[in-house]
Amino acid sequence: MKNPFCIVLVLLMFSCGRNQEAEQHLTPVQKELSPVSSKKKMQKIEGGYYRAFVRKESDSLTYVSSFYLDETAITNAEYLTFLKANPQWSKSKIIRLYADSTYLKNWKNDFEIPEDISPDAPVTNISWFAAKAYAQSAGKRLPTVDEWEYAARASENLKDATEDPAFTQHILQLYQQKNNYKKPVKQHPANAWKIYDMYGTIWEWTEDFSSVMITGESRKDNTTNETLFCAGASVTSSDLRNYAAFIRFAMRGSVKANYTGNNMGFRCAKDAEN
Amino acid sequence: MKTNIQSFEKGCKKYLAKIYLWLVAAISVTLILNGCKQNPNETSGKKADTEQIETSGNAEEAVLTSPPLVPAPIGDRSAKKLIVRLETIEKTGELADGTQYNFWTFGGTVPGSFIRARVGDEIEFHLKNNENSVFPHNIDLHAVNGPGGGAEATFVAPGQEAVFNFKTLNPGLYVYHCATAPVGMHIANGMYGLILIEPEGGLPKVDKEFYIMQGDFYTKGKFGEKGLQEFDMDKAIAETPDYVVFNGSTTGLLGDKELEVKTGETVRFFVGNGGPNLTSSFHLIGEIFDKVYMEGGSKVNENVQTTVIPAGGAAIVEFKATVPGEYIIVDHAIFRAFNKGALGKIKVVGADNHKVYKSNK
Repeated sequence: MKNPFCIVLVLLMFSCGRNQEAEQHLTPVQKELSPVSSKKKMQKIEGGYYRAFVRKESDSLTYVSSFYLDETAITNAEYLTFLKANPQWSKSKIIRLYADSTYLKNWKNDFEIPEDISPDAPVTNISWFAAKAYAQSAGKRLPTVDEWEYAARASENLKDATEDPAFTQHILQLYQQKNNYKKPVKQHPANAWKIYDMYGTIWEWTEDFSSVMITGESRKDNTTNETLFCAGASVTSSDLRNYAAFIRFAMRGSVKANYTGNNMGFRCAKDAEN
Repeated sequence: MKTNIQSFEKGCKKYLAKIYLWLVAAISVTLILNGCKQNPNETSGKKADTEQIETSGNAEEAVLTSPPLVPAPIGDRSAKKLIVRLETIEKTGELADGTQYNFWTFGGTVPGSFIRARVGDEIEFHLKNNENSVFPHNIDLHAVNGPGGGAEATFVAPGQEAVFNFKTLNPGLYVYHCATAPVGMHIANGMYGLILIEPEGGLPKVDKEFYIMQGDFYTKGKFGEKGLQEFDMDKAIAETPDYVVFNGSTTGLLGDKELEVKTGETVRFFVGNGGPNLTSSFHLIGEIFDKVYMEGGSKVNENVQTTVIPAGGAAIVEFKATVPGEYIIVDHAIFRAFNKGALGKIKVVGADNHKVYKSNK
């Protein structure tokens, strides 16, 4: 009698393996990427320990090294610059493996930003592959889940506002607003790191979005559950009341690297020198 | 030290699991051997039987309806392949007069579209998440025998669609709901509905059928406060709703949405309770339910005044409209009816029936 956990693990390894395979496919295209110069302002996020929402041990802290993060999401105009330098990523040329059929859905053609959406609005209908390619061409990378969550703990005044219940409630309010992705970035005041719009405009791709397995059977996800093991990380949520975090992790769990949703975009990160 | 204990516990669990497996195996063998002696009509055999029901004919698209309507009865048609298409839609609607709420729905209504099938049907279930949705969704149908009731198989990001298949083994009235994290919030925002699995041969014929579902809502502002009201997580966790309503609004069964039947007609309500928190004491003022399919199952109780419907549960209630007038549908936890909105109306029209009821004023 085989332990069902083993079977699940094998399946998970298989699915993780497939992602790697897809990444390898990406390599030849990435080689051809032309660099784009980005004037995007980045803010330095000082590293430190934080209580990750999802972590390996129930009371462990996760260390995040100092890094730079774009102060806003990548906009339509910025993405257009990238497309002009890298037409292989344009709507008509992109390899189907890297983005599903709704890639840049609202764009009128390869190099024309949609009419009803501001050039300074975040670019959406973007796949993880496309986001990664952009970041690379700008000499940057996507933030990790930990980096993103670490920077997103900040309210306008506090770098860590997670102890404030009003902060979570405020995020939930922002999440319930619709169609904000059509408006220019900097819709809300910057947080204590001088980073804009971490909440309430778009969902953002992260480098390792799929490292946390939210299965969709989320009632099981609330507890340590062996079926959720992948690369050794189990889901143990640190705060059952943090509905906003549940929503983000559910969102990350529901997407695949080629998905391109109406309200899914990205911002870039970079290692800090020290 | 802690990890030592944990790994020790793990070891024990594994060991116990093995013993448990052997026990289960031994018991199953005993049961199988004894099986021949047992009464073949025992309920344990029923499920296996319905699993054997063969489907016939071509696959057919199921017709779904919005509340308070239900699709036409299945009756005595044979089991078939049924394609069900449901879409999760997030939209702003009226929770009360002048009070709006950002509902999350199955099919654009609260409760979601009514699904009607029969036992033995093989359902190809499509769940689409509208491209303008902000959140991922999925569906757990209580009528499904399988992990999560389909929740894992249907977990979909905005703009995506998922398909899974299931065979209906148990007749009854079942709740379906969203089970995406945070589950409570998805249900509190209106993501529930009913799926009816008719028994072989169908349900007894009645003149009128309606679809009613209760739900509790948690808003930032108090009951009656105007404008767009946001979901209040703290109130939801404390289980103190501002609104308890039928069919997604304080006027869900009032005004132009009042139900109407004629005297002499037999009436069937398919009643569900989406919750997320409260149990309903479902009651129709001035009527007695001749029949109640308790908890939506196969057991029928007769002559019932108030029937309990748990969160995530359902009941089928039937009565005959004998005396004309206006009858009020309530959750008989009565402050909910008069102060939180759990109030509906069914009008019975026709000639007076003084033998049964007469006012001498």
